[in-house]
Amino acid sequence: MSFGTVLFLILALIAVVSAVGMLTSTNAVHAALFLVTNFVCIALFYLGLNAPFLAMVQITIYTGAIMVLFLFVIMLLGAAQVSLRSTLRWHGPLAVVLVLMLIGVAGVMAFSPAVNNNLTSPLALQEASTAFGSPQAVGEVLFSNYLLPFQMVGILLLVAMIGAVVLTREAKKPTRQPGPEESSPAGE
Amino acid sequence: MEEIAFLVPTSYYIILSGVLFAIGVAGVLLRRNAILLLMSVELMLNSANLAFAAFSRTFLDVGGQVFVFFVITVAAAEVAVGLALIVTIFHTKRSIDIDELHAMEG
Amino acid sequence: MNGLFSIAPLIIAAPFAGMLVNIAFGRRLMPNKDSIGPGLVASSMAGVSFLVALLMFVALLGSPQGADVPVLTWIDIQGGDISLNIPWTLKVDTLSSVMMLVVSGVGTVIHVYAIGYMHGDIDEKAYLRGLHGEEALDFKRRRYVKFFTFFNLFLGSMLILVTGNNYLMMFVGWELVGLCSYLLIGFWFDSPEANESGKIVGVLNSEAGKKAFIVNRVGDFGMLLALMLIFWTFGTLKFDDVFARAAAAAPTTPIPLGPFTPALGAVVTVITLLLLLGATGKSAQIPLFVWLPDAMAGPTPVSALIHAATMVTAGVYMIARSNVLYAMAPVSGMTVAVIGGLTAFVSGTIAVAQFDIKRVLAYSTISQLGFMFAAVGLGGYIAGIFHLATHAFFKALLFLSAGSVMHGMEHGHHAMAEGENGGGGGDEGHPFDPQDMRQMGGLHKHMKTTTWVYIVGALALSGIPPLAGFWSKDEILLEASLNSTLVYVLLGAATFFTALYMGRQIFMVFFGSERSEAARHAHESPPLMTTPLIVLAVLAIIGGLMNLPFGGFNQLGHWLERSVVNAHTGSFNIDVSITSTVLGLLAIGISYLLYGRKPLEEGQRDPLSTTGPVFTFLNHKWYWDELYDALFVRPFNRLSEFLANTIDWAFWHDFVHDGIIAQFVEGSSRSLRRVQTGYVRNYALAVLLGVVAILVYLVVRFLV
Repeated sequence: MSFGTVLFLILALIAVVSAVGMLTSTNAVHAALFLVTNFVCIALFYLGLNAPFLAMVQITIYTGAIMVLFLFVIMLLGAAQVSLRSTLRWHGPLAVVLVLMLIGVAGVMAFSPAVNNNLTSPLALQEASTAFGSPQAVGEVLFSNYLLPFQMVGILLLVAMIGAVVLTREAKKPTRQPGPEESSPAGE
Repeated sequence: MEEIAFLVPTSYYIILSGVLFAIGVAGVLLRRNAILLLMSVELMLNSANLAFAAFSRTFLDVGGQVFVFFVITVAAAEVAVGLALIVTIFHTKRSIDIDELHAMEG
Repeated sequence: MNGLFSIAPLIIAAPFAGMLVNIAFGRRLMPNKDSIGPGLVASSMAGVSFLVALLMFVALLGSPQGADVPVLTWIDIQGGDISLNIPWTLKVDTLSSVMMLVVSGVGTVIHVYAIGYMHGDIDEKAYLRGLHGEEALDFKRRRYVKFFTFFNLFLGSMLILVTGNNYLMMFVGWELVGLCSYLLIGFWFDSPEANESGKIVGVLNSEAGKKAFIVNRVGDFGMLLALMLIFWTFGTLKFDDVFARAAAAAPTTPIPLGPFTPALGAVVTVITLLLLLGATGKSAQIPLFVWLPDAMAGPTPVSALIHAATMVTAGVYMIARSNVLYAMAPVSGMTVAVIGGLTAFVSGTIAVAQFDIKRVLAYSTISQLGFMFAAVGLGGYIAGIFHLATHAFFKALLFLSAGSVMHGMEHGHHAMAEGENGGGGGDEGHPFDPQDMRQMGGLHKHMKTTTWVYIVGALALSGIPPLAGFWSKDEILLEASLNSTLVYVLLGAATFFTALYMGRQIFMVFFGSERSEAARHAHESPPLMTTPLIVLAVLAIIGGLMNLPFGGFNQLGHWLERSVVNAHTGSFNIDVSITSTVLGLLAIGISYLLYGRKPLEEGQRDPLSTTGPVFTFLNHKWYWDELYDALFVRPFNRLSEFLANTIDWAFWHDFVHDGIIAQFVEGSSRSLRRVQTGYVRNYALAVLLGVVAILVYLVVRFLV
């Protein structure tokens, strides 16, 4: 049991616990905070996997932007409580069963010999240079091989922004119908 | 410190990724709060990212990390739009319980 | 001389070209109501056909073995061991040249006659429908052009039939003439007036057309089966090849036919019997003759050309052409002859008791066709073809003259209706019918030319020497006397009845006193119509010269012998000739006693009707139509109604379709609909289910 493995196990435990916590908490803010914990753990995992750039990106974007957005919306909507009684009661057990099956499949996949042989490839046992996960390395590949997806993702973000703005805009007062219809406020 | 001491078998990462994914799926299926549903989706995406990063390290291919980068970006876009939708629906229905949105039933 | 044969395709091309010209420009060729443009076009094209036929005759004089003139390759399928090669080739030999001459010659004469006749007919119909002025002119234009289009189409089709060098080409012509017959019988399909029994004439006309087509279909079915058998047995459909192979093979050669292997002789018998079935349809013999009397609903030139001179002779031609096959199957030959004899006898008796001038002639045609069938059935191919030719002359003459008589009656009706006030005309209580002989009488005073040509035609038909009919009928009777007493007796009786009904007709129509106002005001037809009559009358008189049975004069016989292998020229037997002449004169004498000496007065009943039920039986055509109606038509209608209403509507539509299938779809959709709950979580669960399933399958398949 090397030091790395021990670290891994501790972090893994924290990650799983926080995930479960997010799953089961009734308070939305608590759930968000649990998720933040999970994301930080993931970032640390990235560090252990020679991906420092990704770790920073994870913290900046995921925890710094996305989760903050979540918290804004939670506060905007008053963290409305949702009753625990579900109308689809058969959902729960079935979902649990399927999820367990999923985990089982993952386990089989992970520990099957075919997969394992590949995963203990010589490359994995090598030292990775510090240049491996550096911003420079990622940037080189990003702007050469994956230039087109990069641009498209840029456009995607633009579209998402516009979409978000359009969706939450209040509809204009109707100007074309002089009839008996009352001009109703947006969306209601 | 030798880096090799920190080496963790890749299969561990895969199990972890699978478990986190499963928890995320459970969250999607079981939670009725729309915002929490989106958060579970984020959890699923993160688990996939973890797997990508692990494989990237295993085969020393930076492409895996580039993919993670893209996934994060797309996730951000998706969250933006998704939350905008939830806000809009909230204006109308005054509730974020997705079980109340079953008008398109057969 | 051989080069002359190559213009043979023109004989078919000309009528079709005429048809196309009429279709495209017909109406423009008729600027006013008296113009005859389309008729001239059609008749000149028919004349061109006749010219080509003459040239073919001339060519054959030089090379009597004939020639095959290929036009194009139609079907050429080269299989492994079975191949089918049907070219579009014209066979110009002595037999087909006789047919070509008769068809195109008589056809041209009738075309010319129809130019004038159709003018009057269409004017009459327009008047009956109350059309005047511009409307009437447009109506006339359309109908006139339509008539001549169909007429030319018919001529071309008939020529295809007689010039084909293989059975399939003949069948194409066969079907086409059937189509033209249908089109022309139902030419007045929209006549709105009602006849004596209250039925709409237009409906009756189209029903007559349908009857002709459907009854012919039955025959065509037999013919198709025969064609298929011929192809299967001999591997080809070309006349020369079939006959060569048939003659070369031994009659005991086994022919594989599915699980059976009958001998060649038996197969040929079946083939010839099936061909006979086809022939009885087209040539109106027992049992498929019922359409011909109804076909008189068409205009008179149609009856003359199609149902007297040409189309109905197609069956005789086919049997003559297939003489090799019939020589191999004497049973079929005898069947043909007996059917011919019976038909001649039965229809002869029916004709004696008819009152419609055209019906008498229709049954007479059936009877004479029976003579031809009897001839070719007994092996007298030359006699049969000879009679075919002479019959074309005098039957066409009779029909066209009947048309002239009808024309005169209609004009008389008009003149009287405009002159006096009382519309009516005809017997008391009966509406005017220009075809009813009871309303005629004494027409010899008003229509001299028509009277004389009619008498010539009637004498020729009755077989009075030295007119044409005597020679041809005589040869047939001789053949019968040598080969079959039964057929001889039947034909002899038919000869008697022929003369009887023709005498009756002449005395009723032309002599005595007029029995209606219309008859009193009748007048002769214009020269455009009477000239063709005179031409045909001359032919009817001298036609016998074609084949006088004395040594050295047997031209037609010798001519045909080159093509018809099994033909033999006739001889002269004084006993047979005297017997037939005596029978004829006797019948004419009896008819004079009944109808000539004390001519019928207005309203008097037919003297023959004193025989009571016999007359009724004959007048109702031996109840043949009623028999068919009960045996075939009504059960068929019932079956069809059952299939349509019970099986199709009640079962398939209401029960299976609306009931079972619709219920099933509705029920299943109602239950399946519930999968769509509207809950996002359910859909996500479904996706997860699918994902897990796929993953489990993959893991189990590849990793375990």
